[in-house]
Amino acid sequence: MSDQAASPGPATSPGPATAGAKEEERGPDGSFGRALRDAILEGNTVTVTILAIFTAFVVGGLLNAFTNRTVLHAWASLFSAPGHAIATAWDTAVGAYVEMFEGSVFNPHTVAALFQQASFSTAVHDGYLSAVFSPLSETAVQATPLILAGLAVALPYQAGLFNIGAQSQLIGGMIVATFLGYGVSMPFFVHVVVCVIGGFAGGAALGWLVGELKARTGAHEVIVTIMLNYIMAYFLTYLLSFGYLMQAPATSNQITSPIAGNAHLPLLFGSHLRINAGFLIALACAAGVWWLLNRTTIGFEFRSIGKNPSAARVAGMNVERNWVLVMLIAGGLAGLSGATVIQGTDFTLNFQSYGTYGIDAITVALLGLGRPFGVVLAGLLFGALHAGAPLMQAATGTPVDMVEVLQAVIVLFVAAPPLIRTMYRLRAARAGGVGGVMSKGWNA
Amino acid sequence: MELELKGITKRFGSLVANDRIGLSVAPGQVHALLGENGAGKTTLMNVLYGLLQPDEGEILLDGKAVRFHSPKDAIAAGIGMVHQHFMLVPVFTVAENVTLGIEPVRPSGLLDRGKTRREVRELSHRYGLEVDPDALVEDLPVGIQQRVEIIKALVREATVLILDEPTAVLTPAETEDLFRIVRQLKEGGKSIVFISHKLKEVQAIADTITVLRRGTVVGERPPGTTEDELASLMVGRNVQLRVSKQPAKPGDAVLDVDGLVVTDQTGKAWVNGVSFQVRAGEILGVAGVQGNGQTELCEALMGLLPTASGQVTLGGRDLTHATPQQRLRAGVAYIPEDRQQDGLVGEFSVADNMVLDVYDRPPFASGINLRPAAIAANAAERVQEFDVRTPSAGAPVSTLSGGNQQKVILARELGREHKVLLASQPTRGLDVGSIEFVHRRIVEQRDKGLAVLIVSAELDEIYALADRIAVMYEGRITGFRPPTVPAEELGLLMAGAPGQDSGSPGAEPTPSAPTATPGAGQ
Repeated sequence: MSDQAASPGPATSPGPATAGAKEEERGPDGSFGRALRDAILEGNTVTVTILAIFTAFVVGGLLNAFTNRTVLHAWASLFSAPGHAIATAWDTAVGAYVEMFEGSVFNPHTVAALFQQASFSTAVHDGYLSAVFSPLSETAVQATPLILAGLAVALPYQAGLFNIGAQSQLIGGMIVATFLGYGVSMPFFVHVVVCVIGGFAGGAALGWLVGELKARTGAHEVIVTIMLNYIMAYFLTYLLSFGYLMQAPATSNQITSPIAGNAHLPLLFGSHLRINAGFLIALACAAGVWWLLNRTTIGFEFRSIGKNPSAARVAGMNVERNWVLVMLIAGGLAGLSGATVIQGTDFTLNFQSYGTYGIDAITVALLGLGRPFGVVLAGLLFGALHAGAPLMQAATGTPVDMVEVLQAVIVLFVAAPPLIRTMYRLRAARAGGVGGVMSKGWNA
Repeated sequence: MELELKGITKRFGSLVANDRIGLSVAPGQVHALLGENGAGKTTLMNVLYGLLQPDEGEILLDGKAVRFHSPKDAIAAGIGMVHQHFMLVPVFTVAENVTLGIEPVRPSGLLDRGKTRREVRELSHRYGLEVDPDALVEDLPVGIQQRVEIIKALVREATVLILDEPTAVLTPAETEDLFRIVRQLKEGGKSIVFISHKLKEVQAIADTITVLRRGTVVGERPPGTTEDELASLMVGRNVQLRVSKQPAKPGDAVLDVDGLVVTDQTGKAWVNGVSFQVRAGEILGVAGVQGNGQTELCEALMGLLPTASGQVTLGGRDLTHATPQQRLRAGVAYIPEDRQQDGLVGEFSVADNMVLDVYDRPPFASGINLRPAAIAANAAERVQEFDVRTPSAGAPVSTLSGGNQQKVILARELGREHKVLLASQPTRGLDVGSIEFVHRRIVEQRDKGLAVLIVSAELDEIYALADRIAVMYEGRITGFRPPTVPAEELGLLMAGAPGQDSGSPGAEPTPSAPTATPGAGQ
């Protein structure tokens, strides 16, 4: 084994001089191949995360295959037709993923349909081109609130706080954005901006409350945010239960009036695709959070406090003030998430508009390793799962709940790096792992 | 029982912590293991105690090869270990702690408390340990707690006792008591392995000294060996144990502390009316056994603990209730006692740690924008200036050795504009080479005319650096002394004996030390 690893180095190198120099850079025992192999085999967090996702899909496929009625019937005749049983199981598992892929990324049928059209211009006019991009558009639409809410968890995590309250902050943002959306009348662009800022403010107020309580009284942010999730959910129901508050007139449903058309987030690629400016807001926020964390003195303080609060205090940083600030910004991001849902796709607010975004946000942040770009990738992955699920159910009969199962299994594996390392025989990387990453929040 | 280690090798990845180490301990002998931090002493003892499995080599007991898969095996074979950090349950009595895990039971199934008590008393008597089996451990001073650990090992019929850095937490007097006990154990036929990095202690107690450096045995010496020779063996080159320094030329008082009181939440006064001045161009050394309020004194001076009463002024400016940041800006350079906890962010790079308290000032930031180029340039310069051994300025500081971590802190704190240097245990856990470096830098600061306050539990360090010594005991300063004071007298002050203030006459404007009895003269 060691012979193999050592030999390619000198053999494939272009010349002795450069080889010598390169060899020095890589250290004594490193050919490039070996370095690459080490990078893959070492159970670092990125490798583990990718393998965790892969494993989750395998487990999800098995689960799907063995709960499917057709497959179970095929298994009943395992001994008379063993090939049939296995083939059916395989087809079911893979079929569901194929449909999910077609619903979220790319569907070959739409391309075929596009090329059957007489001319390109009619194809565009009749929406055949849009159909090709429709799955990606849906993925982006689903990913938008997940990315923003994921950032709301990831940012405080960098400062050592565990924000479970994305849900309450998201509801806060939704309430303000919706109220400004139907309650006031303004010109097009101004109205959009006012509602988006309102959404940010609504979430930020709740985030600020959490930070302030922690800074002043030491109340643990996990407890406070969990409780605020309940409080805001019931507060929303209350607002929607009385006509004179936010409930739409002349209805007994717990729903508001629709927001004004001027407050809708502009669509990016015409009326056939739902992708809207919210997605750009999400990407901009991810870039902004990255900049804040890595390129500003504020981020330097956040990260110092997250990694070692006592050293930060000794270095003269005001730990409490930073807790308040980071929770305020995080709450604002979650509020934006709510605003993009209302202004981008829903246009009205009902008593369960907040869905599971707040909880999914924790998963997204966890899967994204608490880093802004990781959150974008994780948000896109979960967005794709959500976008692909309806087609999967329609085409294969696999229930959409499969998505929840996949999410849960991904988190399960991500939270247990040693399990993944053992399964794939990886070496342990330097301390940590994502499970350790998140549980650290409890000790803050 | 004769214990022998043969060719013990232990690797951690590419690091060889122990490289073919051979060692033999005869019965009734004290065998000292001398080495710097990271020389492999603790690894070797963990191998011997069954906590680690050696990659190569064997352990022989009376000539027979044995394998220890866990401490249980080691204990069964008669090896006992007294860890640096005690493994005691504070709310249990001595007897309860001693029997924990091997509780004797009466036929009825109930605990036989009387048997344990008798055993503790008997052992205590035989080796002069003087421990009351019914005392609660939390009420006992550290020195006695250590004896409880020794009894724990003896009850388990240990014939080889490993003492890991046993004197780190003891006063000079307690250390003397420990040595007396060690000698008695030796006479009782026990073998003792005494791990330390303190030359004087090893010379005083050992029958044989084995010196470790970088995982290998570099020499075995009799106790008569000179300090210089042992130090050179430990470090691998000639070292200067004494800092060469000129007499101080003190100027005006820079830091003025008057009647400082620091209390915790329960109202206990950790610092109870401490007053002193530190003048420009002098080093004031605060001596004392750990836990007598020195930590709290430093933290209060940095604004990390609230000041209950009293006044702190720096260059005439009142800082009594200033925030840590205000104090840093006012010109306090601070080297914290626990560098990993309070001085560095381990996961940050060396470069980031070098600006940890100036990251928001020019040239490292403009507005809220960090300037990575300036931070990197600063790091490159300081790494050079302070000889920080690091793979790169971008490497996480936690991967550096203790000495190099301390250099990072020194580089940061001395690089800022400052009027006073406040250093708490500045060389704790450092190797001889780094200690030399840190001491030289501190004296350099004094010679530049800065006021320096050193807090240290190591008397050697206080003697090496201080121009004036203050001794703290139970939150009070029990006296000021010139550095010529004999160690016995300091020891008495550290144990709380009220001393007469015999600060060097004339040059000593000793501020009213609250507990010092006004001089009866000498």
